[in-house]
Amino acid sequence: MSQGIIRVVLPAHLRTLAQLGSGEVQLEVTGPVTQRSVLDALEARYPMLQGTIRDHVTQERRAFVRFFACQEDLSHESPDAALPDAVASGTEPFLVVGAIAGGIY
Amino acid sequence: MSKVRVLVGTRKGAFILESDGKRQKWDVSGPHFAGWEIYHVKGSHVDPNRLYASQSSGWFGQIIQRSNDGGKTWGPMDNKFVYDGVPGTHQWYDGTPHPWEFKRVWHLEPSLTDADTVYAGVEDAALFRTTDGGTSWHELSGLRGHGSGSRWQPGAGGMGLHTILPDPGDPKRMFIAISAAGAFRTDDGGTTWKPINRGLHSAMLPEPTAEVGHCVHRIAMHRSRPNVLFMQKHWDVMRTDDAGEQWREVSGNLPTDFGFVIDVHAHEPETIYVVPIKSDSEHFPPEGKLRVYRSRSGGNDWEPLTKGLPQSDCYVDVLREAMAIDSLDSCGVYFGTTGGQVYASADAGDSWNPIVRDLPAVLSVEVQTLS
Repeated sequence: MSQGIIRVVLPAHLRTLAQLGSGEVQLEVTGPVTQRSVLDALEARYPMLQGTIRDHVTQERRAFVRFFACQEDLSHESPDAALPDAVASGTEPFLVVGAIAGGIY
Repeated sequence: MSKVRVLVGTRKGAFILESDGKRQKWDVSGPHFAGWEIYHVKGSHVDPNRLYASQSSGWFGQIIQRSNDGGKTWGPMDNKFVYDGVPGTHQWYDGTPHPWEFKRVWHLEPSLTDADTVYAGVEDAALFRTTDGGTSWHELSGLRGHGSGSRWQPGAGGMGLHTILPDPGDPKRMFIAISAAGAFRTDDGGTTWKPINRGLHSAMLPEPTAEVGHCVHRIAMHRSRPNVLFMQKHWDVMRTDDAGEQWREVSGNLPTDFGFVIDVHAHEPETIYVVPIKSDSEHFPPEGKLRVYRSRSGGNDWEPLTKGLPQSDCYVDVLREAMAIDSLDSCGVYFGTTGGQVYASADAGDSWNPIVRDLPAVLSVEVQTLS
């Protein structure tokens, strides 16, 4: 995997919305690899995802969306903090996850 | 031969039901947008193959979908609903000021004259409009900016703008309703609005006849008489003959005047339909009998319509968006339940049949009469 190619795994509903099938997304990210730069690149390629992961106005993570990578929950990290090297190198994917519903529906 | 297309929004997707004019045999397609809440699907009055759908989820927020081919294919449109200017506050449940926050689109109302113009009623209550087929949305902020806006308060289901009725005879006039702020009217194309709640009485309010704060569940109009409106309020079925200047109660002999839906016969402006629900604490039909009530006199005198509907052990609800009327010569009436049934009557309510029985909970029903 070449430097700068980031792998992103999306939840099923967002893959359907972006017409992605079952695979992961590979994105080219220039500059620092952070939550913000990865999501910016994702939304630039798939504009229909704008507002589904982050709020349109505040750009904050939606409450029931989580960010995982390398078996860590990065949801509460700063959006401008560097993601793990394994994500930046493309060895590990950046996971966008819908929080479990707890059986409400 | 005429056809009808029924657009059904449910807790877990949208469904499209089609039949010829006999309305006996139905083709069901769906789920579209499987797994998402579909608060509303509605077709353009100008181009019936142009459909708009409100798709939302607690996880991933709001999506607006558009179809140009009658629902065979769909594409996501702009989903950015941003309040105009500084949003300000409305009242929270405890009476404290609470910032306006967009949550979802409850209702999509295509223009009567332009397929690219659509109004969207949203939670927290506001009215948006697109004039480019959903490519961008802009708030008509005169409504929320009405002097009473800071006093609006959500009902238990949220503070949603759920009813949008353009006046067929006056392009500058429109009626809307909000739970739980009440009914409003514009006479200048949406720039300014006035509350039209005189005559409403809501015992749950500190001031039962207040200017705003009434929990209006639904308003219906016949196209030939836009000054006559019928309202299902939280409690009470109401009527106005002067575009909302004054309302009067027409609950009459209903077994209960709580309910959500109300609609008007396509060809008989004095024939109206409601589905009484037991109470605000027991959201199911009285006595476990699912009955549509019809008045042929614009209210007060009501008859139960039961043929084909379950008359025992039925404890479903019929939500505010979940009734629609077609315009075939023999008027069709449709409604959906939280139990996943969609019932249809091809004879103005005299008899009913389920089109489908086992959908997810039905949130909305619309019907298109196609030539």
